[in-house]
Amino acid sequence: MQITLKFYVIELSKYLIAFMMLLYTGLALVCNFSKNKKAVSICCSFQSGVLLVLMFLCFLDMTFVSGKEEYLYLFAFITLFLFFMITIVSIIYDRSDRVLLNNMCLLSGLGLCIVSRLSFHKGFRQYIITLISFAICLVIPFVIERFRFFRKLLWIYAGVGIVALLIVLTSTKVNGAHITYTIKGFTFQPSEIVKILFLFFIAALLYKYNDLKWIIVSAVVSGIFVMILVLSRDLGSALIFFVVYFMILIMSTHNYWYLLTGLVGGGIACVVAYNIFDHVKVRVVAFLDPWTYIDDKAYQITQSLFAISSGGWFGNGLMQGRPWDIPYVDQDLVFSAICEEFGLLFAICLLIICLCCFYRMMYMAGVIGDKFYQIVVYGIGVMYIFQVFLTVGGGTKFIPLTGVTLPLISYGGSSVLSTYIMFFIVQGVYIKSLKYEKTLDEKVTKSDTKVH
Amino acid sequence: MVLIRVTMLIFCLLFFGMFIYLGIFVSTSTVTLYNNNYNGRQENQAGNVLRGTIYASGGEILAESRVDENGVERRYYPYGSVFAHAVGYSVNGRMGIEDYANYYLMHSGASLSERVENDLENVKDPGYNVLSTLDVDLQQVADDYLGLYNGAVIVTEVKTGRILVLVSHPNFNPGSIKEDWEAITSDPKGSQLLNRATQGLYPPGSTFKIITALAYYRQNPDTWQDYTYTCTGNIMHDDYRISCIYGTVHGDLDLTSSFARSCNSSFVNIGLSLDRDMWADTMKDLYFNRRLPTDLLANYGKSYVGTASTDYDIMQTSIGQGRTTLTPLHLNMITQAIANGGEMLRPYLIDEIVDENGKVIKSYEPESAGMVISAEESAFLTDLMTAVCENGTARVLSNDNYTVAGKTGTAEFANDINESHAWFTAFAPVEDPEICVTIIIEKAGTGVEYAVPLAKRIFDAYFGV
Repeated sequence: MQITLKFYVIELSKYLIAFMMLLYTGLALVCNFSKNKKAVSICCSFQSGVLLVLMFLCFLDMTFVSGKEEYLYLFAFITLFLFFMITIVSIIYDRSDRVLLNNMCLLSGLGLCIVSRLSFHKGFRQYIITLISFAICLVIPFVIERFRFFRKLLWIYAGVGIVALLIVLTSTKVNGAHITYTIKGFTFQPSEIVKILFLFFIAALLYKYNDLKWIIVSAVVSGIFVMILVLSRDLGSALIFFVVYFMILIMSTHNYWYLLTGLVGGGIACVVAYNIFDHVKVRVVAFLDPWTYIDDKAYQITQSLFAISSGGWFGNGLMQGRPWDIPYVDQDLVFSAICEEFGLLFAICLLIICLCCFYRMMYMAGVIGDKFYQIVVYGIGVMYIFQVFLTVGGGTKFIPLTGVTLPLISYGGSSVLSTYIMFFIVQGVYIKSLKYEKTLDEKVTKSDTKVH
Repeated sequence: MVLIRVTMLIFCLLFFGMFIYLGIFVSTSTVTLYNNNYNGRQENQAGNVLRGTIYASGGEILAESRVDENGVERRYYPYGSVFAHAVGYSVNGRMGIEDYANYYLMHSGASLSERVENDLENVKDPGYNVLSTLDVDLQQVADDYLGLYNGAVIVTEVKTGRILVLVSHPNFNPGSIKEDWEAITSDPKGSQLLNRATQGLYPPGSTFKIITALAYYRQNPDTWQDYTYTCTGNIMHDDYRISCIYGTVHGDLDLTSSFARSCNSSFVNIGLSLDRDMWADTMKDLYFNRRLPTDLLANYGKSYVGTASTDYDIMQTSIGQGRTTLTPLHLNMITQAIANGGEMLRPYLIDEIVDENGKVIKSYEPESAGMVISAEESAFLTDLMTAVCENGTARVLSNDNYTVAGKTGTAEFANDINESHAWFTAFAPVEDPEICVTIIIEKAGTGVEYAVPLAKRIFDAYFGV
């Protein structure tokens, strides 16, 4: 009886999970594009229900296959947390954006699900980290609303950021790269947090100055950030910093010539890096001809391709694949594990939800009046989606593999914390801009009455 | 904000492109990537699926997995070593159909309820079965005749490209490959695992005159009939001498009789008159020096004529000696194209993949590899090859039951003629070709004496004489 039930649960949950994901994605699209506020609010509530069912199916499946009851407890904890997050944010910040919040919950929930599938122990750790990150981030909208000094700390952002990266560069190598440092058993990946400092630096500089002298200053400082990252062999982060800088530069100056400068400069930088650094060459070689170097240079990418191809459209079902054949599956190649067990349909839905988050941020950047925060939100959006593109494109051999995490999904405390901070900064800025608009409206009405 | 919109558009397009890429990747790569030896997923499947059965085209079992009373699974090959290279093996690596169809053999079409039932009874789900194109009777004729000689035989259907016979000697017993592995791989001369039919590169000898004659026909479309040559048993050019086999003096010849009697001197004379670049193009059309159009693990023929060739190279190449090499499969494909009016077909070994109830999961259809020669060229070569079997070197094949067109070859790689490889490639019947036979017997002597009789046996068996 037990065995029979297990078969049906595995097989049916596979399709139900895909269906629920499709449903959620459909609702997410409606929420993003519908102008009808009431419809959006209904869809958002419905989404939370779908998310609950989706998570339940995933964890039920894992409980059945592994025979471990812990998964059900973890499900209860995660559900409680997500419920708590939605409720408390809605109560404290009644103007917060529910659409973005919902998508964040889904990504966070699925991230915990897939990480705990890969290793229950890591899943639990990730859960604790998520809780702490949320607790820290809860104050962000409040701080943003109250204080205005963030735009004045220009050199502090740059200084702290560069020093943090330099410390990592001089630290011991882990897996051939200087990316993390460890204090008392806790391992940090500073580049994740420095990303935010970097964004604030660029925004603080460019919202105020638009002349060539200051733009050169910004380019030089950004160049230093990128160079340190390349030297630390953190190629993915280096590329993210580079792209985000140029996107922001074009957005804030409206000067399309920078696009050309960026493309030419980027091209030259890539060629130079390819010729100077062996670790860049290896990535390119593994991308161009993975099957020849299957047992060394291209082992990771080919194992990732095996996983994706074996999953097909509907996946093999949770805990039916071999994700651990892929080195660093829980960090850089978590998307391949999702493809293998959930299937490509589910994985594409997941990416569409990432795009929805990005779309929402871009929409917000468009309505924010304060240029400093506009640049910040725009930068966060671009940084987020470009990182998703790098990790997914790299793991699927769409582009060369660079080794960055999939935000909110991959295992890793620094990554989760920085992504939470970024999402809550967006929420905070949005709340602030809504209030500002409201007071502006009131002022307009008052002056109108005076005239009459 | 226009720029924000543009940013959105750029990323949406990037992701959309990636979705299409991923969709294509997943739809097309599953089978090939599963077969990769670095893919650990094969182990997972082995725990749940009982490897499927491979059948011959007549329904005979060529390979099946059985589980004995102790629960030990073993692969049985009822015909022993007869189908060694064609069917292959599935332990210590894979070969043949066991390799090409591995994905299907290891995947089950069992429904959910059947899988539950199997699980309760503690038996594995049955994998898909493979219906191959191989013909047991013909394969046995070829295998028997080849006996202790090294060599290869390949027989294909002219109109489809289905492979009926694929024999390579020396062979091995796939049923005991695991036990014999040490002996096979440590044998210094050991080449039992090499599939000579598809991978063995041999000097083509006189069978290459097909290509030389074709090149001459292409370069002299209106005047080839006027070709004459008087054979004195050998030809001298720039101090190099090439002789006819046994020093035979063929006397006055035209193109057809030069080909039918396989006169080396005449063909060296033809080769020296050819435009080398055009000749190279002709070879390229016939898939020399490039990947053969087949999914089988195969080598392609190699040859070089061009500005860097010396006259001596050309003399050698004209009669298929020197640096020119060819696999039996490649020669068979060229012969098939001639028989099929110029259209080459991709050779294949698998007709259908079926589930345990006989439902067809995937069926393989003939696939064209293009018109490699024109219909006129096909007719021209057919005439030459018919002359070979009517009054030329293979005239023993002349009989009342069927007509044959072919070309013999004796590939010399040592001074002793008895140490030569015997070649024969042919198709029958000439009027409406059905099958195409290519044979090589190593170190047997001349093609006329050793390879032609085997072709006769195969044709006799096929046409029921």
